Amino acid sequence: MLEISSARKLAGNVFEMKLSGAPLHGPGQFVNLALEGLFLRRPISVCDSEPGSLTLLYKVVGKGTALMAEMKPGECIDVLTGLGRGFNEDMQCSKPLLVGGGIGVAPLYLLARRLLGRGLPVSVILGFNNADEIIYMEEFKALGADVTVATADGSFGVKGFVTDALEGRDNDYFYACGPMPMLRALVKTTDMDGEISLEERMGCGTGICMGCTCHTILGPKRVCKDGPVFNRKEIIW
Amino acid sequence: MADSASTTFQAKGLGVSLCGVNLDNPVIPASGTCGFGIELAEFYDINILGAISLKGTTREARFGNPTPRIAECEAGMINSVGLQNPGIDFVTGHEIPQLRRIYSKPVIANVSGFSVDEYVECCAKMAALEDVDIIEVNVSCPNVHNGGMAFGTSPRAAAEVTRAVKAVTGNKPVFIKLSPNVTDIVEIARSCEKAGADGLTLINTLLGMRIDTIRRKPVLANRMGGFSGRAVFPVALRMVYQVASACGIPVMGCGGIASASDVIEMMMAGATAVQVGAENLRNPYACKEIVEALPAEMERLGIGSLSEIIGAARKG
Repeated sequence: MLEISSARKLAGNVFEMKLSGAPLHGPGQFVNLALEGLFLRRPISVCDSEPGSLTLLYKVVGKGTALMAEMKPGECIDVLTGLGRGFNEDMQCSKPLLVGGGIGVAPLYLLARRLLGRGLPVSVILGFNNADEIIYMEEFKALGADVTVATADGSFGVKGFVTDALEGRDNDYFYACGPMPMLRALVKTTDMDGEISLEERMGCGTGICMGCTCHTILGPKRVCKDGPVFNRKEIIW
Repeated sequence: MADSASTTFQAKGLGVSLCGVNLDNPVIPASGTCGFGIELAEFYDINILGAISLKGTTREARFGNPTPRIAECEAGMINSVGLQNPGIDFVTGHEIPQLRRIYSKPVIANVSGFSVDEYVECCAKMAALEDVDIIEVNVSCPNVHNGGMAFGTSPRAAAEVTRAVKAVTGNKPVFIKLSPNVTDIVEIARSCEKAGADGLTLINTLLGMRIDTIRRKPVLANRMGGFSGRAVFPVALRMVYQVASACGIPVMGCGGIASASDVIEMMMAGATAVQVGAENLRNPYACKEIVEALPAEMERLGIGSLSEIIGAARKG
């Protein structure tokens, strides 16, 4: 059981929850939350992890996330921690580019912090539908990352999608997380090597039920156990 | 460590025997809810289990159905995985030997097929392995077309598969895993017994469906799937009671089991051992916790030995 140390609304229907007592996580890993009255756990990606503290960002999209949004600091949650194979933060590259769409920006935060900790210059492109939905822009900037925001309606930053903010960059490796159409557009637009975090409806989150399988060049892989992060070349798009 | 733990449980009267295969306790993770054992072993020492029923295996490797394959329900879930597995040769050559490096208790190999020939070929290969103790023949998968459940919904087809499989499995006990999606499960159970089945596992999942009311489309890509979880327990219990009353061969009771109390109830209905399914997906520690909770529950109910309560509710 982990205790909620803080809970706040960030924008629209996106919330941040901090849990105390969690082990240290790698960027791109996720946790699986047991919520009162729901049969299956809810997988949520880790936004930040420090010794004893875990930050989650989530968007209210259904019953589970709606229940999470009602929870208050001091309440405890049954959490399975340290799940999934996350981003390769030790990748040999000199100018990494982090690309996040919507709630997909969450796991990139810990990654940005770790890459900056290695002394690498980190560029981040954050994509949202409009200015009201922007989350974590200031947090990424505070880390020291070079941040570009794209909004589909042009209400803030570059008008368009994250792919419209790609031109003229000299990055040599990308890390991405976001909706499938965004990831597809990204790998279509750039030849850059990189890795992506996939999302899929999960049963167990621990690799036993085969509920979240995806097609890869190496055969069927479980998003929850073999992923959620895969090299772009592994995925059969 | 594992051996001293199992001796303790045996001493507490938890042991049962399935067709001559001795189990330290009656708790078995059901096929499809424990992979090939390795993932579960990351959470606890799986030698605490009575046995393990491995992921359903077919002749060829299968990707299974498209995603989404999982839908949440009140007190349960629906899956339409569709028998994803790496194929019989990879399972016998890699998965089972890998499991044996960390696990010394009985192994139940679960086999599925799309033709009698396929069942025969896979069961023969499983039976040839010293590492396999029991063969469980799945004639009840609701998630594949023209196979699986088709064999389990007709008494004649179920008997045909049973007979054919028994001819190639030597002395290895063969359990037929039955579907609840039938008019009369007793008729099919009797038919399998008559054809030589050594035991029966029931129930597989109940065919179910959910609709996403925003998208106005089925939640599952395959539209329908198998419903399991706590909600199905009374249905499973009733069917185990009926089948165990009508047949003379042992039954592994499966469906909605989530606690030591459920285990005892299922055994009183007539199950010799039980399989825990969907509960493993919400709580990977479920089987371990159930095994550990059994002695206290037995004490509370004045049960000295679990083997004495098998079918207790049918007597008198």
